Amino acid sequence: MEERNLICICCPIGCSLTVLMKENTVEKVTGNTCKRGDVYARNEVTNPMRIVTSTVKVIGGRGDVVSVKTKEDIPKGKIFECVRALKGVEVNAPVHIGDIIITNVANTGVDIVATKNVECKEA
Amino acid sequence: MKEYDIVIIGGGPAGLAAAVSAKKNGIERVLLLERDKELGGILNQCIHNGFGLHTFKEELTGPEYAEKFIQQVYEENIEYKLNTMVMNISPKKVVTAMNHEEGLFEMQAKAVVLAMGCRERARGALNIPGYRPAGIFSAGTAQRLVNMEGYLPGREVVILGSGDIGLIMARRMTFEGAKVKVVAERMPYSGGLKRNIVQCLDDYGIPLKLSHTVVDIKGKKRLEGVVLAEVDEKGNPIPLTEEFYSCDTLLLSVGLIPENEISNAMGVEMNPVTMGPEVNEILETNIEGVFACGNVLHVHDLVDFVSQEAATAGKNAALYVKMGNARKSTGEKIPLNAKEGIRYTVPGSIHVDRMDENLMVRFRVDGIYKNCYISAYFNNERVIHKKRSILAPGEMEELKLTKEQLLHYPNLKTITVKVEEV
Repeated sequence: MEERNLICICCPIGCSLTVLMKENTVEKVTGNTCKRGDVYARNEVTNPMRIVTSTVKVIGGRGDVVSVKTKEDIPKGKIFECVRALKGVEVNAPVHIGDIIITNVANTGVDIVATKNVECKEA
Repeated sequence: MKEYDIVIIGGGPAGLAAAVSAKKNGIERVLLLERDKELGGILNQCIHNGFGLHTFKEELTGPEYAEKFIQQVYEENIEYKLNTMVMNISPKKVVTAMNHEEGLFEMQAKAVVLAMGCRERARGALNIPGYRPAGIFSAGTAQRLVNMEGYLPGREVVILGSGDIGLIMARRMTFEGAKVKVVAERMPYSGGLKRNIVQCLDDYGIPLKLSHTVVDIKGKKRLEGVVLAEVDEKGNPIPLTEEFYSCDTLLLSVGLIPENEISNAMGVEMNPVTMGPEVNEILETNIEGVFACGNVLHVHDLVDFVSQEAATAGKNAALYVKMGNARKSTGEKIPLNAKEGIRYTVPGSIHVDRMDENLMVRFRVDGIYKNCYISAYFNNERVIHKKRSILAPGEMEELKLTKEQLLHYPNLKTITVKVEEV
């Protein structure tokens, strides 16, 4: 039996959760004071997911960088692979919200998209 | 002199929502003034997600959230000026501003909406001893450098203060290859959201040291390290707990202060707790026709509430322009008193005859309270008594007052809000 300790992020109480695991399946969640804590703990220990946000360089734009994100959340274990894939990436202006910057980043099946409009620099 | 019905100072989330609301409430001559080169304000550097859950039911990044409002400004054909710094507003609402195209210019406004936002508390306000080397930044400055200008301020980082911007920057600097060694917080609890502690620190193994502060800064040209020490319950460093951390960067995330130089100069009355203007139920300051909203009024934690508050201010500015004296209250001004456990309330007073059907009173508590009640007393009678499982200073609270409820108390002189323990 393996034990994992988490802090619940569903509300400001921040319950200290203890998850009992048996061969990668959740046996029991304790320490939560509501249903949301139970759901959070089960997801967090079996399949934690995160949205990753960063920036990439823009050439010829009104700004020098454009902010980007993973279009959906990706497995937590893939975060650094995703961040490394963004290193050195440059895009040409104009860039608009939702434009795909990288497809299928780190083999997650998720694209990296722009989250800001960067228009061309005026001549 | 050019005339406008409503001039809005600041093109961040508050100014954008106020402008759109003023226009939608039938005012044509609305002008939005912004000192930066683009609209959106601080949202442009907040590239992380988590914005807009309340308003749009989806998790947006800061620039995406701003864009939703900027598009409305375009659609409503609202006039705006960028790279324009407001220098002064007279009590008669003559706005003096300057930019590269027009130089110094003046305009007469019928109503003004203050939406200048806030500024970070700086090192000078903390009295940290030591040298003054390069490498000490406020968390928001570092955020702008990384996210908008494409510079990394340093490689080995210590963060003082566990405000949300500091926590967000711990993760951001980690993504960019920096090593964040520790986050130190002087208080025994974090000032940031739980979600940020877990997803920005715990996810990356960054330690959070509560009840710790920086007591010395080493390095002459460039920061070489800081000394952390534990503090007692009064916030004083405990001898022999000092520990040296080598680092080339110190980020400060130690609080935000509403930016009210212009408001002060025009004679707007301030609340010493929020450091923002005192406002009544229509978010009007002591100067008739001058309204305030967003972080210049009181520092918020969620932008959704800034947008809501600003829409209210924009609507009320529009009503003031359209109705003139007919909008004046004929009733008494009822003060809202923040007592035991409550640091302040916004608004600070109410004219019952003029209020909308519902009024959201927003406030912060002065400490962590578990299993307690938020109570409101009308004169000496306890009328509202709401159970809360937890209250924390980092989370803005709200309480709804209804006109119907208040009209039952014709002799109402004061409303008192307090925290009551079980």
